Amino acid sequence: MSLIVEMKGISKSFPGVQANDNININIKQGEIHVLLGENGAGKSTLMNILYGLYTPDEGEIFVKGKKVKIISPNIAISLGIGMVHQHFMLVPPFTVAENIILGLEPKKGFILDLDKAIKDVKELSNKYELKVDPYAKIQDISVGMQQRVEILKTLYRGAEILILDEPTAVLTPQEIGELGIILKSLVSQGKSIILITHKLKEVMVMSDIVTIIRSGKVIDTLKTSETNIEELAEKMVGRKVSLTVKKETANLGETILQLKNIKALDNRGLEAVKGVSFEIKSGEILGIAGVDGNGQNELVQTITGLRKATEGEIKLENKDITNKSPKEVIEAGVGYIPEDRHNRGLILDFSLAENAILGTHRKSGFKKNLGLDYKKIREHSRKLIEEFDVRTPSEKVYAKALSGGNQQKLIIAREFDREPSLLVASQPTRGLDVGAIEYVHKRLIEQRDKGKAILLVSLELDEILALSDRIAVMYDGKIVDIVDAKVATETELGIMMAGGKTNENQWEGS
Amino acid sequence: MESMKSEFKSNIKNTFSEIMYPLIAIVFSFVAAGILVYAFGKDPIVAFKALFWGSLGDLNKVGETLVTTTTLILTGLSIAFAFRCGLFNIGAEGQFIMGGVISLWAGWAFKGLPAFLHVTITLIAGAIGGGLWAGIIGWLKAKVGSHEVINSIMMNYIAMNLSNYLIMTVLNEPNKAFSVEIEKSARLWRLSEKFIQFKYSRIHIGILIALIVALFTYYLLNKTIRGYEIRAVGFNPGAAEYGGIDVSKNIVLAMFISGLFAGLAGGIQTAGVQYRVNNLFGFTGYGLDGIAVALVGNNHPIGVILSALLFGILQKGGPMMQVEGIPKEVVGIIQGIIILFVAANFVRVMAKTFRGKKASHEAKIKEGVK
Ligand SMILES: Nc1ncnc2c1ncn2[C@@H]1O[C@H](COP(=O)(O)OP(=O)(O)O)[C@@H](O)[C@H]1O
Ligand SMILES: [Mg+2]
Repeated sequence: MSLIVEMKGISKSFPGVQANDNININIKQGEIHVLLGENGAGKSTLMNILYGLYTPDEGEIFVKGKKVKIISPNIAISLGIGMVHQHFMLVPPFTVAENIILGLEPKKGFILDLDKAIKDVKELSNKYELKVDPYAKIQDISVGMQQRVEILKTLYRGAEILILDEPTAVLTPQEIGELGIILKSLVSQGKSIILITHKLKEVMVMSDIVTIIRSGKVIDTLKTSETNIEELAEKMVGRKVSLTVKKETANLGETILQLKNIKALDNRGLEAVKGVSFEIKSGEILGIAGVDGNGQNELVQTITGLRKATEGEIKLENKDITNKSPKEVIEAGVGYIPEDRHNRGLILDFSLAENAILGTHRKSGFKKNLGLDYKKIREHSRKLIEEFDVRTPSEKVYAKALSGGNQQKLIIAREFDREPSLLVASQPTRGLDVGAIEYVHKRLIEQRDKGKAILLVSLELDEILALSDRIAVMYDGKIVDIVDAKVATETELGIMMAGGKTNENQWEGS
Repeated sequence: MESMKSEFKSNIKNTFSEIMYPLIAIVFSFVAAGILVYAFGKDPIVAFKALFWGSLGDLNKVGETLVTTTTLILTGLSIAFAFRCGLFNIGAEGQFIMGGVISLWAGWAFKGLPAFLHVTITLIAGAIGGGLWAGIIGWLKAKVGSHEVINSIMMNYIAMNLSNYLIMTVLNEPNKAFSVEIEKSARLWRLSEKFIQFKYSRIHIGILIALIVALFTYYLLNKTIRGYEIRAVGFNPGAAEYGGIDVSKNIVLAMFISGLFAGLAGGIQTAGVQYRVNNLFGFTGYGLDGIAVALVGNNHPIGVILSALLFGILQKGGPMMQVEGIPKEVVGIIQGIIILFVAANFVRVMAKTFRGKKASHEAKIKEGVK
């Protein structure tokens, strides 16, 4: 097999970060090549350079043996390079066909030749077994489907080399499987694929070869068949990591949280939570599995007081907290790690010290005469920073200056420190690297063993399986089923996440 | 004791770092203006001498400059305070007008009160008038969700016409196009009464009030729970809500407090400078100038004091430049350049470009405060 892309000595720095540091990477024709690395390792930067979105500070790029200067995506496209970004770039009210041809519309004179467009799209989709409905509007189709549209878009522009940036982050396990098949079929027809991911399992099933990047440097390039998950994890993180979560059997206590037939609307006023009931006992983790957008966020917000329930009842330690204000919910004993660190969990323009008291800032311990006692607040935050190993020069630093993992640690520190009886952890490891994930998991189990009730919401099925004692699958605003985590399988959960119901292993909440 | 000292030091340091960029921008603006004057064929040194002589040349002139500064500090604080809660109170103008006319009424209607009490009542009445006027805007934003800028503009027109109506009817000086005069007991003490050096200047004790209000604002914003909540709402309403902070309540409250300052500015204008209110044909401009003052002062109370002083100097020294044959528009241009530099974050951008690649991550982190 011949080399189709060679990147030699690529370096790129942004103010304060060396995102790529003398990177060498060779892509062979007809291969699936994974770029593996933690968040912030520099994977996207490297691929954005190849796609002409960034210009490297140093280094050379060869495509099919010829030296090229890729100064814009147009040049990349003309060289047969296509990229599917982490965030899709589709026009929601347009149809699938319209999106695919956008910018390269077939014309009859001055008029858009929609028939030809549809014919082209159908042809392409048959050729690569990328099934789509050309007439469907983007806003009406699933995320997995949208991703196919993005792939078709690049193929329509004649891509030979496809770059996919974290394509699995938004998919269900089934969709990930389907994507694997699509990618295999693409390489069998001569395409070359560069796949970015930080998920080890996918590397093993999807790739031929893997290049590990850490802090902007290439650590190693390995044949997938000659490596294993442990080795990859160690190379990616730079130290040995434990990939399995150790936990004892749950030691259940009193019922802490009780939901009865909760209903709630989403921001558009449509019903997003359609009658959810469950209970969580002290010392237990209830995991909510589900594909993004099935009402999980709305459910969590209803429990934490950020959203009104239109029906139903929420009880915390037998006290009614339905539709109480966030302040009252906090004071009743609910800790909340929100799904959105930047828009909920932190005030990025506040110092760490000020962030460390968000929600508890009214507590008498932080008051002095008429004002706040900033000396005490700083002491308090220094304690949290030390205890939870937040990496920061000091507590005076703005929250925005920290990495995602350290920001999350600060939130966790704050919420754990309040000693709530219920902890709601919504996507607690989103965007974190393996090391930080390991840490968060350990802490959550610790809280469970201390007798907290924990509601865990995550889009990562692995995480749900690893941490939960019971798993509730949410689909279309309802709980499809609640199963015992010890006997739940990925396949079974995947089917339920897509709305199907299996009747095995039923284990109703007591 | 030791820690208090270091805390005080760090407060000073933070204050300085927050207003440093505007300060540098001002220096740049003067250089640019100097070049401009030179391009007109005039001597920049003469021009700037005239500017500073005209505004600070003797105590009489200093006094007059500080009269303007007093008003600008308060309207600047009004804008800055609302801004800290994420609100653009373009309605400070209307609140200023309302404060002025309500103080007029209080200063005129009560008779025979001891001076200290009467002055206090007069100013408080004006401040509360402005506060309520702004509170309406905040309430509309919090409850109905209508944008504060649109409502502010409308409230400004209502304030102007309402004020004109009142001073042409119930508060009218018969057969005049202005209002009745306030009682002697309602007037702010003028420095020239004791210090002859201030001569004819109208400088009054209001400057002290303005400075105290600025310090109070600093304390309120940075050292109290209320300030913490207001800033939280300003930076990130979503996170504030998450932290159990009542966003609506803080919006209404921040507007009310912002209006208090603008209203007080109007009250001081009445009780310290004019003793009456004129029939307005257009806006006074004090509320609108407050926007520029707040912007240049980086919405920081101490920055606002300094920037109000600068604008006072520009406004009072300008006419003297004209005497030297330099078009008075130059002052407008300097003001414009300063605002432009500050608004475009000129110095910060330049600093970043110069530092370029060398800028370390630490440098970014060091910007943190508190
Ligand atoms: N446009 C940019 N400006 C400044 N810094 C950036 C930019 N893009 C990426 N970075 C920084 O470069 C580093 C590598 O980022 P990225 O390539 O996105 O990592 P990955 O895709 O591996 O998660 C990170 O520290 C990131 O913060
Ligand atoms: Mg990336």
